Amino acid sequence: MNRLDSMNGSRIRVDQKLIADMITPGSRVLDVGCGDGVLLDLLVAEKRVDGRGIELSQEGVNTCVSHGLAVVQGDAETDLNNYPDDAFNFVILSQTLPAIYDVKGVLREMLRIGRYAVVSFPNFGYWRVRTGLLLSGRSPVSSNLPHAWYESPNIRFFTLTDFVGLLDELELNAQQIITIDRRDQAQSRQQIGIWTNLLTEQAVFLIGRS
Amino acid sequence: MANSEDNGVANAGEAIAVEPVVTDLPGHQLVLGADEPLRLASGQLLGPFTVAYQTYGTLNAEKSNAILVCHALTGDQYVSEPHPVTGRAGWWSGVVGAGLTIDTDDYFVICVNVLGGCMGTAGPKDINPKTGTPFGLDFPVITITDMVAAQKRVVEHLGIEKLFAVIGGSMGAMQTLEWASRYPEMVFCAIPIAGAARHSAQNIAFHEVGRQAIMADPSWHGGDYYSQDTGPRRGLSVARMAAHITYLSDSALHTKFGRNLQDRQAITFGFDADFQIESYLRHQGSTFVERFDANSYLYITRAMDYFDMAAEYGDNLPAAFKNSQVRFCLVSFTSDWLFPTSESRQIVYALNAVAASVSFVEIETESGHDAFLLEEPEFHRILAGFLRGAAEQRGLNGKAATP
Repeated sequence: MNRLDSMNGSRIRVDQKLIADMITPGSRVLDVGCGDGVLLDLLVAEKRVDGRGIELSQEGVNTCVSHGLAVVQGDAETDLNNYPDDAFNFVILSQTLPAIYDVKGVLREMLRIGRYAVVSFPNFGYWRVRTGLLLSGRSPVSSNLPHAWYESPNIRFFTLTDFVGLLDELELNAQQIITIDRRDQAQSRQQIGIWTNLLTEQAVFLIGRS
Repeated sequence: MANSEDNGVANAGEAIAVEPVVTDLPGHQLVLGADEPLRLASGQLLGPFTVAYQTYGTLNAEKSNAILVCHALTGDQYVSEPHPVTGRAGWWSGVVGAGLTIDTDDYFVICVNVLGGCMGTAGPKDINPKTGTPFGLDFPVITITDMVAAQKRVVEHLGIEKLFAVIGGSMGAMQTLEWASRYPEMVFCAIPIAGAARHSAQNIAFHEVGRQAIMADPSWHGGDYYSQDTGPRRGLSVARMAAHITYLSDSALHTKFGRNLQDRQAITFGFDADFQIESYLRHQGSTFVERFDANSYLYITRAMDYFDMAAEYGDNLPAAFKNSQVRFCLVSFTSDWLFPTSESRQIVYALNAVAASVSFVEIETESGHDAFLLEEPEFHRILAGFLRGAAEQRGLNGKAATP
C-alpha cells in the first residue's frame, strides 16, 4: 500500500505545499509539531528526505508511526536541546509558532540543530482578523484560527511585520518569504510592507543563520 | 558463587564446556563455541555449549526478511506455537503468525532460548562434563551481552548477514538494544518494547526478593537440588508471585479481581486464599515451577540486574549508539511501572543526541508491563505500520521472495 494513499484522510495545506517546495530532495528534515504526519509523509515520499518528526499529541504520534514515519512524542520547547548541532538540513515548524512559549529559544534551537528553519504561521495583521476584532469586538475565529479563545492552543498573537521585526532582532536571515492570501495565492516577497501585512492570511519563511 | 577451584570448573583461560543438552523439545539445537569459545562478560570462556532456537516462516533467497524475536525473563523460543510443556498458546501467538502483525507469510522469525535458560539452551541445570553432574551455581554468570553474542552466532549460522528487525519486550528489549548497539551493521531496525537501557534499583530490588525466596527454600540445597527428589518449588513459586504483581498494575488488578472472594461467601478469618487475587497468584506460582528451573531464574534475573548500557561508555548513553544507522521504534505503556515510559524516553533522548532515526510511542493501557504480551490493538497497529514502513525502505516487497 502506498503510504500517501493510506493518509488521504488529511489534505495537504497550502502552506505545507509551499514548505515542501523549499526542501532540497534527499536532505535531512525534522518536522517539529508534525501533527498527523501529512507533510512529513509528502517529503519522504516525493522528496526522498530522511524525515523525522516531533509531535506533542499522542494521537498524532501514533498515527505517524503506524504509517511508517519516524516520529517521537515530545515537546518543541524542551526536547530540541537533545539533538546535536547540525543534525538536520531543515527544521520545520508549520503553524505551531503561535503555540510556543519561548519563541526565541525555539527559533535558536531550530537553527542550531538545522542549517535552515522553515516556519509557517497565520498572520494576525490580516485585514479580516483586524476588522473582525474591530467590528464584532470578539476574538477572531477563522479557517486559519479555528479555535475559540478559551480553547485555542495559540498563546502568541503576532503579525507578519512582528515576525520580520523578531528576525531582525535575532539577526536572522529570511532567505525566502512567501505570503498567502485568502484565495491561497502565494507570492514571493523581498520585504513586508503595510499592504502586504494587511492582505496576507498566512506566511512561510525560510530562515538561515545570521 | 561457590569456590570453583575444586568443583571441576575450568581455570582461567580454559573454556567451560557444557555437555550437549539433550531434549525432545520441538525446534532446533546448535552446538556453538567448540572451535572458538564465547568470551563472556565475566571474562570466562564458554564452549562448546548448546543453543536451542525455533523459527517460523521462510527465509527468502536474499536472506533479508529475518526478524529476531528476543524473549523476556520467563519466556522461551516457543513464540507462536503451543508450549511443549504447558500446552498453552505461545507467548506471542497473538502477534507472530500467518496474517498477524509479524506475518510469518512475509518474514522469517527466529527466537533463541537465552543463555542460562532451561528450554534446550545451556544453563545451570545442564551437565558439567568435568564432574558429570549439573553445574548448579558453578555455571558461569551470564549477561545480556553474552545472550546476544550467542544469538549472533545462531544468526551467522543461518547465513544471515543483516537481520531485518530485532524486536523484544522487557528483557527482550534489553537484548534488542544490545543488538543495535553492539552489532548495528547486522540490524536494519530495532524495536525495544517496554524496556530500559539499564535495570533500575527498584527492579534489582524486586529480583533480589525473588532470588532470596528461592535461596531461602531448604529444597534449594545451595543450587544443587537436581539429584534431590524435589527442587525449591515453594521458593520459585513465591518469586514468581512477587514478580507477577510487578507485571500488572493497580488498576488492572482492581478491575480484574477487586476484593472479590474465591469460592466463598465470606472471609474465613484464616490464611487460606480468601481473595481471588491470592488464588490467582498461587496458581501463577504453581504453574510456573512446572516449566522453569529455579537456578535459571537466578541467572537470568542477574543478567537483567547487570544490564547498564551506558556503563562502558562512561555513563554517556548516546555513545552506545554513535553513528547508528539502525531505525528504532520504541514502545512504552502508560501503566507500566516496572519499565515506565521515562526509561524509554531516556533512550529516545540518547538516540536523538546522535541523530538516529527513532520513533517512539506510549500506548494508553491499564495492563501494566504485561501489555506487550496482550491484545493491545493500538500497539499492534503501530507495530505493523512501523514494520511496513521499514520493509519499504529495506526493499522488501511484502511476500517472501520465491526464487
